[in-house]
Amino acid sequence: MKSMEELVNEYFRPNRLPHLWCPGCGNGVVLGALLKAIDAEGLAKDDVAVISGIGCSSRASGYVDFNTGNTLHGRALPISTGLKMARPDLNVITLSGDGDCSAIGGNHLIHAARRNIGLTLVVFNNSIYGMTGGQYSPLTPQGARATTAPYLTIEPSFDILALAEAAGATFTARATTYHVPILVDVLRKGIRHEGFSIIEAVTGCPTNFGRQNKLAAPAMMMEWQKEHGVMKAAWDKMDPAQREGKFPIGVLSERTDLKEYTKAYDEIIERAQSGKEAASA
Amino acid sequence: MLKFYTKRCKGCGICAHFCPRGVLEITELNKSAIVPGKENDCISCGQCEMRCPDYAIFVKKEGA
Amino acid sequence: MSRVLLMQGNQAVVEGAIAAGVRFYGGYPITPSTEIAEGMAKRLPQVGGKFMQTEDELAGIGTVLGASLGGMKAMTATSGPGFSLKQEMIGLACSAEIPCVVVNVQRVGPATGQPTSPSQGDVMQARWGTHGDHWLIAVSPSSVPECFDLTRRAVALSEKYRCPVILLMDEIIGHMRERIELPDNYEGLEAPRRKQPDVSPENYLAYAVTDGSKVPAMADFGSGYRWHVSGLIHDETGFPKGTPAATKNSQDRLHAKLRDHEDDIIQVEKYKTEDADVIVIAYGGAARTAYDAVDMARAEGIRAGLLRPVTIWPFADNAVKEAAQTAKCLLVHELNCGQYVREVGRAARGLVPVDLYAKYDNEPATPEQLLEKIRESAEKIKGAK
Ligand SMILES: Cc1ncc(C[n+]2csc(CCOP(=O)(O)OP(=O)(O)O)c2C)c(N)n1
Ligand code: SF4
Ligand code: SF4
Repeated sequence: MKSMEELVNEYFRPNRLPHLWCPGCGNGVVLGALLKAIDAEGLAKDDVAVISGIGCSSRASGYVDFNTGNTLHGRALPISTGLKMARPDLNVITLSGDGDCSAIGGNHLIHAARRNIGLTLVVFNNSIYGMTGGQYSPLTPQGARATTAPYLTIEPSFDILALAEAAGATFTARATTYHVPILVDVLRKGIRHEGFSIIEAVTGCPTNFGRQNKLAAPAMMMEWQKEHGVMKAAWDKMDPAQREGKFPIGVLSERTDLKEYTKAYDEIIERAQSGKEAASA
Repeated sequence: MLKFYTKRCKGCGICAHFCPRGVLEITELNKSAIVPGKENDCISCGQCEMRCPDYAIFVKKEGA
Repeated sequence: MSRVLLMQGNQAVVEGAIAAGVRFYGGYPITPSTEIAEGMAKRLPQVGGKFMQTEDELAGIGTVLGASLGGMKAMTATSGPGFSLKQEMIGLACSAEIPCVVVNVQRVGPATGQPTSPSQGDVMQARWGTHGDHWLIAVSPSSVPECFDLTRRAVALSEKYRCPVILLMDEIIGHMRERIELPDNYEGLEAPRRKQPDVSPENYLAYAVTDGSKVPAMADFGSGYRWHVSGLIHDETGFPKGTPAATKNSQDRLHAKLRDHEDDIIQVEKYKTEDADVIVIAYGGAARTAYDAVDMARAEGIRAGLLRPVTIWPFADNAVKEAAQTAKCLLVHELNCGQYVREVGRAARGLVPVDLYAKYDNEPATPEQLLEKIRESAEKIKGAK
């Protein structure tokens, strides 16, 4: 394995550091883990595309030396989907914030999952709208404070992995910026997975979530992740009372019996070109 | 051996918090640095490197 | 060899797209454009292309932009409400210079309006629908054979100028059946691809202009040229740059790359305009009525003519200016409450009266109705000039 220093030298575009994220923002840890995973999987730079939406986390695409796009708020998945359709040989990695992916882009998420298209979606879940200054997202915990929830949120939050799995995602995993080796491991597995994979990276936004919710010190946000993230195997043995307030990490679901979308599409082309109408139901 | 990229460091304090030997501190200039007198205390565990969000501190294994 | 067919405008768009080399379509069904989606679903896989029915119109154009980045010629089609939804992505395509064709088969609006009735109420939206200053191309066919030709041209223009091209249809043209002669074989009809880099990957700057065209070369994602796409104002490297100079340079070039090539981009058709006193200006479906009305007016001794902008945007300033210099009156006929007439008035610079026959009651005008308006215009200018 290359050292982090070597990875940064190899995969960061020149003159992109220091990056624009705040002191202690977890996004840099997630991006570092992604570079470790890409390198460990031996992917050539030319064969990787990184497409992001809009948000603090989505800035990541501009920093790294692949085929990259920083597109529109919520729309990274459709653009990634079109690219994957045009170039099924590319490893298309989609980066999205929790708001980007579960609010404005929520519809695209469930349909990308349903199609089982071979994208690797990395959700930077900092529980808040970072870029616009701390408004609540669908992943903000109920009862948290946000600039648009000065009296605390009353909205329940999504479990985005359960949502994706229910919609048809064939690989779901979670890790945190505290659990770096696990994050790297699930990113690698997600990249390797042929169908649609979603990896939730729990990360801290000290500036806009932490300050409003008594977790202003970046290291404390990581300590919080350490205390609340429980490995899947241990989680499975816990009773509901023990699980209260905690969340499982690691690979949470995986299935390989369903065809990946672009592969399935090849069958449509075959049918159309053989002149046969689709076998009628 | 620790290697600092001082320009990248934003003084967030994550490295200092997680260093098991108390080797690091954030200076008045808001940068991570070795606590005076602790130059030889680093055990190359890699915690700071792994957790730094800014790629500003790396651990060079001796002899590597 | 060729075949003579009776075909709908929407179907001719499908054939034009296939002939031009479009190999990806993403979109969401909506009347009166749905036949384009259905046609593409059938035809694309036959030629090795791909069709996707997406979850909504935003995803439709999103997949199109993604496929275009991957090097495919790509298209989407929609109508009124769906065209509104696509606007943000059209802006991204303008800013990041991603070739794509967006068909809008107009229907009556706003909101759900009258889904199956013809209208030209989106002509200004086609130009100004997305936020911010931006430049793009829109073309509008008036017949089924022209649907085939203009679709090919739309693809070619979007590839050449790296901008979205709106194929602005209306329900009349989309659903009308007409005779069309199509070649058996589309070989040679393919639209040329976007300009490819002529430098090595190390020396490639994604938005650097290396020739007089002001259009940068565009490498396919995955071709060994790694670059960054962004909807933020960017410099020639493609990376965001927020300085006043970078902002102005970017806007200036995006404008100039079309303005400098208006001779190539702008097409108009002139019908009996040389000696005309009254020049009707009409486009798309509304123009069909005008040919007959002009002939009927001439039969009564009124010297009438028709100027038909085939390229709707950029606006045919010169052709309209010329018409204002040679005629005594311009009469704009459009199927809305009066949109394009404002541009005509601007270009005519007060030289002659600019009359309007606005029809916005779900039905196209008959030649007789338009003839009546030509008569009124002719009456007003009697003895003028
Ligand atoms: C259509 C649209 N609506 C709103 C915005 C403003 N906006 C930009 S980023 C953002 C939210 C970012 O939050 P998240 O997706 O969670 O990412 P983060 O910044 O926390 O990484 C919003 C609302 C926008 N750019 N586009
Ligand atoms: S606002 Fe939050 S998410 Fe954005 S860079 Fe700062 S810490 Fe990171
Ligand atoms: S973790 Fe990194 S950025 Fe933060 S203080 Fe330490 S070296 Fe500096």
